[in-house]
Amino acid sequence: MQSFDFSKDFFNLFGLNRCYHLDSAGLEVQFRALQARVHPDKSAHLSDAEQRLAMQRSTLVNEAYQTLKSPIRRARYLLSLHDVDTQEETNTVMPIDFLMAQMELREAVEAALQAQDISALDEQAAHLTTDTRALEAELAEQIDTVQNYQAAAGLVRKLRFMEKLAEEIASAYDELDN
Amino acid sequence: MALLQISEPGLSTAPHQHRLAVGIDLGTTNSLVATVRNGISVVLNDENGRAMLPSVVRYATDVVVGEAAQAAQSDDPVNTIVSVKRFMGRSLADIGDTSRLPYRFVDTGSMLQLRTVAGVKSPVEVSAEILKVLRLRAEESLGGELVGAVITVPAYFDDAQRQATKDAAKLAGINVLRLLNEPTAAAIAYGLDNASEGVYAVYDLGGGTFDISILRLSRGVFEVLSANGDSALGGDDFDQRIHCWLLEKNQLSVLSPQDTRLLLTLARSAKEQLTEHVDARITAVLSSGEIIDNVITRTDFQEMSTNLIQRTLQLMRRALRDAKLGVDEVKGVVMVGGATRMPQVQHAVGEFFGQTPLTNLDPDKVVALGAAIQANLLAGNRSSDDWLLLDVIPLSLGLETMGGLVEKIIPRNSTIPTARAQEFTTYKDGQTAMSLHVLQGERELVSDCRSLAQFELRGIPPMVAGAARIRVTFQVDADGLLNVAARELGSGVEAAIVVKPSYGLSDAEITRMLQDSTQHAQDDMQARAHREQQTEANQLLDAVQNALDQDGSLLSESQRSEIESRMTALKVTLPLADHLAIKRAVTTLNDATVSFAQARMDKSVKRVLSGMNISDLEIK
Repeated sequence: MQSFDFSKDFFNLFGLNRCYHLDSAGLEVQFRALQARVHPDKSAHLSDAEQRLAMQRSTLVNEAYQTLKSPIRRARYLLSLHDVDTQEETNTVMPIDFLMAQMELREAVEAALQAQDISALDEQAAHLTTDTRALEAELAEQIDTVQNYQAAAGLVRKLRFMEKLAEEIASAYDELDN
Repeated sequence: MALLQISEPGLSTAPHQHRLAVGIDLGTTNSLVATVRNGISVVLNDENGRAMLPSVVRYATDVVVGEAAQAAQSDDPVNTIVSVKRFMGRSLADIGDTSRLPYRFVDTGSMLQLRTVAGVKSPVEVSAEILKVLRLRAEESLGGELVGAVITVPAYFDDAQRQATKDAAKLAGINVLRLLNEPTAAAIAYGLDNASEGVYAVYDLGGGTFDISILRLSRGVFEVLSANGDSALGGDDFDQRIHCWLLEKNQLSVLSPQDTRLLLTLARSAKEQLTEHVDARITAVLSSGEIIDNVITRTDFQEMSTNLIQRTLQLMRRALRDAKLGVDEVKGVVMVGGATRMPQVQHAVGEFFGQTPLTNLDPDKVVALGAAIQANLLAGNRSSDDWLLLDVIPLSLGLETMGGLVEKIIPRNSTIPTARAQEFTTYKDGQTAMSLHVLQGERELVSDCRSLAQFELRGIPPMVAGAARIRVTFQVDADGLLNVAARELGSGVEAAIVVKPSYGLSDAEITRMLQDSTQHAQDDMQARAHREQQTEANQLLDAVQNALDQDGSLLSESQRSEIESRMTALKVTLPLADHLAIKRAVTTLNDATVSFAQARMDKSVKRVLSGMNISDLEIK
């Protein structure tokens, strides 16, 4: 436990290369190995101080794992390591064709919800997944190969739109359930 | 030789140093205690060979717990407390209709209390009596003092209910090694027993609560992927359906409490009979002398309970969606809780998953058995087949922001322990205090979520609106308990609170909140847009007013009156429900202030530059 270093970056923590392309199997193996060492369950019989430390370490490992596992959070984190802010709150300038496509997708989800059409919703969800994967592939290219971090930040802003749409689709499913 | 057994202190123990630890299932109807003996988890019986202790406490000259208390239930209902689990962490207002409960409640405004012959008792004290009996049973049976215990709670228990449970254990002199979610405990017992690998669903239908957890089991790891539930759905509701059927069959309307209790008891035993038989006969003589004699078939019972079962399947679908898994990816379904003995439940669950549910462990005991296994591990009795348990928090945690909206800080199904920090800023110029309101639930409006705690951060140095940076940190520990801290980053002013609210969510509230969160997703979006627009409008009005007060002299008379008339126009739209109207008025006012803002900018640049020398300017 002495070797646990809070100041390591998340990639380093899991012994992974600092790049967007992810060895997800490797991440999972490392995550479990780390939690097996630091989880509070391992020190439940020790002093309060030990337990507090375990909670902090385990919290950090969970945070690091969730950050790297999520494509959008991983990109955001990686860009922050390169001192690039994704400006998701402030930079709202988007290509008009992207915005139009987003509007259409939203309307299609809304229409599926109104018509209580599960298969139409499935279709939109599948569509969104395809688009998201394509953006992620582009992101990998921009970060790992071209190393154009400003362009990557723009892609993250697009991904944020997709993420919000995914949330809307999820709540539409819940609503159709009732 | 002992000399050869070198191990790190505290991490491993020699066999003769085995630390005594137990798992306790503190149930609504019955409670159990179990321990690991010679590597095998066993339930500990009382001196009469009974495993289950009825969760009933009677206050008389002595405190009586269990069977004896249960027997006195009808003679001394006021001092005999049953199903106290339903009162844990709850206020009287949370319980709602108490007219059919025989207790003398004390409304404290926070957690309710009960007036008995032995004085006023809180639910925590009543639960502690049950826990004390189980602790004594364990210590007598194991021949020593306990190092600690794992106490199980429904996965859907909120912060207040968890905290109350932990307090009860402390009051009973028990060192709590961990609060463990009931379905997770069952998964441990099942998974280790069967060396299972893959995705498993735990369907836990108890007396008063329903929990569903989706877990991934792999070598040495139990990972909870999602949890869902309904803390107001259980076996009791099935009794209630038979009860209503009886009322309808016999055209009965208002019954005395005694008759109601009689029919409910008969309904329950009919339900149990229908597990083994295709029909059950219900006979009774009511206090009016009226005779009840009906035969209920399994088909009748199936029909009247379809909705209840559908509701559990609906929550199951949600849990699967949250886990991003399809039905076909679930390798096995573990059934927990006495109510899963009903054939129609097993059939529906089997049909849903396309496979026969796993029922080879006693559904009444599996939770206690799993808790004991985990307690043994946590106490430090490590064995070679060590495992890791990764559980989640079932309900989202958030903070109130401007306009009565909830900003989610920690989303549901986050793996614990977890922490998340979020920065907030001040809303008004010169604001020196900030009130923090901690909430739990899935809805977007504060009024639709459960209030957990409120506290204030004071002593923020006066700054212009938006300049202060207040970082609020939520930390959820491995017991699922929340701790909140706030800090102003510039000055270092700090405030913290262990969220120990005096009451929690009522069952009905959680159910309502869950239903509402999905049914009203649309309403929420509308309401959110409206409040955001109102907030933006208020901020703009404040900002413009401030600017007028400070730099009004930069404007001509006509410019000033133009701005003022548009401010009035905006104020008029504020109380309206139409957020688009507010938006239009905001845009109009914004347009009118463009040249004013430019003039102010020029003025302030001049002001700043006048106090600087060249070297300062070169930095940027």
